[in-house]
Amino acid sequence: MLKPNGNLPSRFNNRIYLLLWSALIAVTAWMMYLGKSEIKWAFKVPRELRLNLKGYISDFMDWLINTADLGLFSFYELTRGISWLLEKPLDFATGILATGLMSGEGSSAIQLTPPLSWLAVIVALVMLGRYARDWKLAAFVGACFAYLAFFGQWQSAMVTLSSIIIAVPLGVIGGLLLGIAAYRWRWFEKVITPVLDLMQTVPVFAYLVPILFLFGFGPVAAMIATIIYAMPPMVRVTILSLKQVPDQFLDLGNVVGCTDLQMLRKVLLPSAMPSLMVGVNQVIMLSLNMVIIASMIGAGGLGYDVLTALRRLDIGSGVESGLAIVVLAIALDRLSQAFALHRDQVHVGNSSQSLFSRHAYTWSCLLILGVITVIGLFIPALQQFPESWSLTTGQFWDDLVKFINVNYFDQLEAFKVFILLNILVPLKRFLLSLPWPMVVLAVGLAGYQLGGWRLAVLTTLLSLFCALVGLWDKTMVTVYLCGISVIFAAIFGIITGVIAAENPRFGRVVEIVIDTLQTLPSFVYLMPVVMLFRVGDFAAMIAVIAYSIAPAIRYTLHGIRQVDPQLIEAGIVSGCTPWQILTKIKMKMAFPEIMLGINQTVMLALSMLVITALVGTRELGQEVYIALTKADVGKGIVAGLCVAFIAIITDRLINAAVSKSKKRLGLTV
Amino acid sequence: MHADNRSNNTKLVCRNVWKLFGENATQFLAGFSERAPELKDVTNAGLIGAVQNCNMEVHDGEIFVIMGLSGSGKSTLLRLLSRLIEPTAGEIYFNGEDLAALSKKRMIEIRRHNMGMVFQQFALLPHLTVMGNVAFPLEVQGVARAERENKALEMIELVGLKGRESYYPNELSGGQQQRVGIARSLAVEPDLWFLDEPFSALDPLIRREMQDEFLRLQKLLHKTIVFVTHDFDEAIRLGDRIAIMKDGRIDQIGTAEELIVDPATDYVKEFTKNIPREKVLTLTSIMQPVDSNLTLGDSYSADTKVSEITQVLYNSNQPIRVTNQTGETIGMVDRESVVKILMSGEH
Repeated sequence: MLKPNGNLPSRFNNRIYLLLWSALIAVTAWMMYLGKSEIKWAFKVPRELRLNLKGYISDFMDWLINTADLGLFSFYELTRGISWLLEKPLDFATGILATGLMSGEGSSAIQLTPPLSWLAVIVALVMLGRYARDWKLAAFVGACFAYLAFFGQWQSAMVTLSSIIIAVPLGVIGGLLLGIAAYRWRWFEKVITPVLDLMQTVPVFAYLVPILFLFGFGPVAAMIATIIYAMPPMVRVTILSLKQVPDQFLDLGNVVGCTDLQMLRKVLLPSAMPSLMVGVNQVIMLSLNMVIIASMIGAGGLGYDVLTALRRLDIGSGVESGLAIVVLAIALDRLSQAFALHRDQVHVGNSSQSLFSRHAYTWSCLLILGVITVIGLFIPALQQFPESWSLTTGQFWDDLVKFINVNYFDQLEAFKVFILLNILVPLKRFLLSLPWPMVVLAVGLAGYQLGGWRLAVLTTLLSLFCALVGLWDKTMVTVYLCGISVIFAAIFGIITGVIAAENPRFGRVVEIVIDTLQTLPSFVYLMPVVMLFRVGDFAAMIAVIAYSIAPAIRYTLHGIRQVDPQLIEAGIVSGCTPWQILTKIKMKMAFPEIMLGINQTVMLALSMLVITALVGTRELGQEVYIALTKADVGKGIVAGLCVAFIAIITDRLINAAVSKSKKRLGLTV
Repeated sequence: MHADNRSNNTKLVCRNVWKLFGENATQFLAGFSERAPELKDVTNAGLIGAVQNCNMEVHDGEIFVIMGLSGSGKSTLLRLLSRLIEPTAGEIYFNGEDLAALSKKRMIEIRRHNMGMVFQQFALLPHLTVMGNVAFPLEVQGVARAERENKALEMIELVGLKGRESYYPNELSGGQQQRVGIARSLAVEPDLWFLDEPFSALDPLIRREMQDEFLRLQKLLHKTIVFVTHDFDEAIRLGDRIAIMKDGRIDQIGTAEELIVDPATDYVKEFTKNIPREKVLTLTSIMQPVDSNLTLGDSYSADTKVSEITQVLYNSNQPIRVTNQTGETIGMVDRESVVKILMSGEH
């Protein structure tokens, strides 16, 4: 629908924008022509302009730890207190699952009880799978954990699992409480929303730095990082699902005279339960992801194994541990998804049965567990998985890598060098040679064109921040690596998505693959990349593409599938060839959806990019990584903020573009 | 039938009740001390008048129907009556207490013991069984499990769902679900029963069946009922008195017969136009003074529906005699007046 005058100035505007952009490019070219020798300030941010933000932050943290006093106790005591509180349950869980309950400290500790028998744990998980869905899932989960046992990953996997068992409930409860508070009080929602936005765009490493500083090195600090990292989606899901509770249930609660607490407990939470469970699934998956990454600040387990293997470039054991993470992730994901969908909504007999017969399943499970545990005390093979039974694939992976390197080294190397020399290096040089004030201006202009004044101010300020804190070059390298990876991911992703949408059978396969890809912790992607391409920008790019391609595929697939069939029929009736239907109707209508997918891809790419610092890239991620090894909070946070700001700028620009094009296509925004 | 109800006490009274949406709604109303604001005043002030200047009384034991099309404000009015939303201005008295002035605690008290509500989309909690849903209001009150389940069972039996106590809502048909909704709303034995378009989401045949069920229950229970509907036929079928709403205002309140015989506005007239008069009008509204020159036929009481005597007048050309409750002759009805009624719907 056209409003009068609504469309008239746009042509005129377009011309002005064209003029502005040409002017911008011309000035930039002129500045580049003058070069560093003439106008140094345009290429290197002058010292007088710089903000010593990281200095302030570090000073503040020092003050917090050393002098801050909260009245009854000091801040330092507070953090130690929190650590102590969390340490107990974590120790207990680790004791039960992995090490056995200990008494005493360090090497003088005595084992009080052995850990749970591996068989008992597997049986428990199988029964859980059966309870959540069916025997098929039970068998799948059982097989996954049996894999962990047979391939020598049991001990590490149990350490990781015990962190998750403690971190997930805390993350879920914390997220629920914050979400409920935001639902209850409008002002709290207004306060917490931007915080959540920032938390979800700040790269994971950046979390680790202050936590390392405040809570020290070790499993507890790692778990705190995990909880903080995994909580934001739960908060969001809680707010959203409470808001989605139909009004009639609120009316019902009021009419029957619920108090506020009853309304929450008996009406709101139960009716929001299915969507809340989706949040729980997310918390589990994010916790797993973070527990792996947090091995850098002392979480043991599978993440630590991968990390040490990466550091030693020990491909064999790295891939093994990586696969164990994959297996654990998939098993936990399927299990928690089954619980999310599990609803006991078919009536079963009478409710007046005895306690035992109503919970017969639970009782028999507990009985079996007890029996296995007792037998385990007498038969060591049931207690601890016998080493002689375990298999290792480490040698196989080493051989595979050797084989690839011996036979395909030249091809791989040629490919890598070609891409590096022709695409990566020139792009990097070009971006680094741009005068920073012009880049900031360009970002601002794009913001104005797509979203008006407010967006322009936001994008300008955020990009200015990156320049003024003295991280401009690293920011540009981040943009370059992220940008090139996103471009490749988008090209492959959109093509795959289109083919998948046109060919249902291929589509189903693709969906299973991307579902699985998305459950894998980001760390895992590094292994095969290092295996094939060793370290450097190229290896990083491949890892980033692999990690971030899933949303590009998914949104394209979805966008094309949901194009109104009437439009396609209209196309057929007007005599379009299939190709014309694809390019002139489907792709056009799916464009906003595809852009949203690209947006997601950018977000994932940035979060992965930071992790690729481990394989030797020189961007903001490396800055954070260095900060982490030095426990330099200011440096870590500032670099983390720069990454977050790149993410926010892209996110806002893309979203503005999407809503513009949606409006044009007449789709509801 | 209506006459005896009206003499009873009023249960619910609405005085000058307003619900306006928009900025400064309260100041806007405060600005009118001389006269009540008209519809155009509200519109000119840029406000949305969901309910405007409503006055009504609901008598003990009657079925009071609020009828209006979508957007007429009928559901908002119902929500004001149960104080699910707060009025912008006006008073609502329930058993003599001004609801708007009550403390939260007292309001919860009243809702727990005196009000029941049936919802358009049933509002059955999906995680509870039929038993759990019906017992829910009692659970909220803190009634012990055994006691509340007994009561719930009684209600489930009352609405004819015995044997389905352990079913979940998603295992029931729409009609069955609304029976559960009705059972739940009755579990606290409310003296005021709200029904918000309870049958609108059902298929026409089921709707008819549920209306009969509803009348059967009311015959047993004699509740005071506020029933909201957008269906004029349903209003006539069920209501002792009907309030017709349009644009947030009540156009007219009256029995079906009063609305048909004497519509207050063209809008009301429009609704009544296609209603078969003979099924609504009683002999009272068409009888003439007795003409002593004529011999009268059989006697019928004054509240007999016209449709019940058409056959009689068709068979014989004697006018019938109309009597009051004590059996005195108060008038007569002849063929001609019945034919007039039968034809009046067609002009």
